[in-house]
Amino acid sequence: MHPALSIVFFTTASGAGFALLFLLGLAAPLGLLPQSGWFGFVALATAFILAAAGLVSSVFHLGRPERAWRAFSQWRSSWLSREGVMSVLTFVPAAIFGIGWVFFGETGGLIGLCGFLAAICAAVTIACTGMIYASLKPIHQWHNRWVVPNYFMLGLMAGFLLLDLMIRFWVVRPVGTPLLALLTVLAAWWSKEAYWRFIDTNSAPSTVASATALGSRGPVRMLEPPHTQDNYLLQEMGFRIARKHKTRLRLIARITAFLLPALLSFVALLTAGGTGLIAAALAVISAALGLVIERWLFFAEAKHTVTLYYGAVAV
Amino acid sequence: MTDLPARYPGQTQLGLVIDLDLCVGCHACATACKEWNTGGHMAPLPDFNAYGDGAWGVWFNRIHSFEEGEGDGARTVHFPKSCLHCEDAACVTVCPTGASYKRAEDGIVLVNESLCIGCKLCSWACPYGAREFDADEGVMKKCTLCIDRIYNANLAPEERQPACVFVCPTKARFFGDLGDPNSAVSELVAARGGKDLMPELGYRPTNKYLPPRRARPYVDDLAPQPLTALLAEAQSAADVANPLLRWVDRLLSR
Repeated sequence: MHPALSIVFFTTASGAGFALLFLLGLAAPLGLLPQSGWFGFVALATAFILAAAGLVSSVFHLGRPERAWRAFSQWRSSWLSREGVMSVLTFVPAAIFGIGWVFFGETGGLIGLCGFLAAICAAVTIACTGMIYASLKPIHQWHNRWVVPNYFMLGLMAGFLLLDLMIRFWVVRPVGTPLLALLTVLAAWWSKEAYWRFIDTNSAPSTVASATALGSRGPVRMLEPPHTQDNYLLQEMGFRIARKHKTRLRLIARITAFLLPALLSFVALLTAGGTGLIAAALAVISAALGLVIERWLFFAEAKHTVTLYYGAVAV
Repeated sequence: MTDLPARYPGQTQLGLVIDLDLCVGCHACATACKEWNTGGHMAPLPDFNAYGDGAWGVWFNRIHSFEEGEGDGARTVHFPKSCLHCEDAACVTVCPTGASYKRAEDGIVLVNESLCIGCKLCSWACPYGAREFDADEGVMKKCTLCIDRIYNANLAPEERQPACVFVCPTKARFFGDLGDPNSAVSELVAARGGKDLMPELGYRPTNKYLPPRRARPYVDDLAPQPLTALLAEAQSAADVANPLLRWVDRLLSR
């Protein structure tokens, strides 16, 4: 599948934003975060900006961006529509929670309840994003049980790394967030490796024989394509990544998205003040780069069944 | 709504049957489709760089060619492919705006261009590659089963069929109601063992493909016959049925 940059940015940025919102909505009412209104402002603004920037970016992927509002109508059948509805719905309790925390320094009671609600909505939004891809049967690398957990774990990892970085401006030596950041980076790494193992050892039930209903005489192979030049199907769904690039990019993703953030979180866990702050900031930068590469690969490695009509033997 | 219409027995389900034994891969159906539809319901079907290198454009029907089998048993199969108007059309249910829909009255899958936001998700959800994006208008386009021909009272009755079916010079394409088990197309599918494409995905396509018939065992009539075979033939001349030939044979054998 063609890795459109608008979609790569959308899924990574709003994934991180909604995951951060999930953590803030859950942890602040429980009194696990600095009570300061300024902290609330910085943390919530970061979450809102990331989530909103991702959503705005996704609109640029559309052929008719001015009609984007129509996408809220088909939540009964479409995961894309559900994602749109949930992402907007999340901002309602999140806004009340934000106003209460930032302007009134209140994170308990009704405000806390709104925080919990925002956390639930944010988690559902991330799951909906994953389901947009996981619901597509023609793409075996997406239509599997690892995709939604991947989206959730990778988002959570980004959320924890961001939270740890921000907390360090208020707390000299936080203990909980760097530890949890380290653990979620390792968990996200594990879930991504499991996904990669799955797509490396599995291919779709569809083959060129089932796609053409041929094969009773023996193996089926393409003789001539229907057209000598490119078309939309090949541009959009026929994207192919060279094996050597795939291996190299996976290695870069492993290092930048998981290995470096894990090591830097470990450093941050053991250090305080400036060193910890720098380590946490580097972990965020490295993870951001790594997640973009990982998401680019998520598209580039996905093979659509339509390629079976254009010379692919299995997908 | 992008929910699929409720099903009931005997529901009309218009579609195509394609005989892979008869298709010669002439691309007439694709050209006729392009010609009709670029002025039809989903018009236009734009082309880009139409006269140079890198030409591409929107087509609703494309003719692939495959080879099946090895050696003497192999054969070439020309394979026309257009929208299969699936019963479980995921291209409809994934649509976030309601632009993509399946008609309850005849099962035709269409796009309402004025609702389409061009998110392309329907084309990702279609395993068959039936939908093509119009980069000029920013909306998705697809086969309409020539909805503007089959119900068109301005056309002569025999012309009220999809352009691809009407034009086919080998009559490899059939149009009809596949929801009715007694229709001509349904009987053809039953008689020839018509098949679904990628049945494992569960889209339940309406269009059916008739597999090429099995060829007769290969006999090489033109190969030089070995002398022993000729001698054996001469010796068994006594078995010749025609009495006149038998007499001639006896005469010549003296």
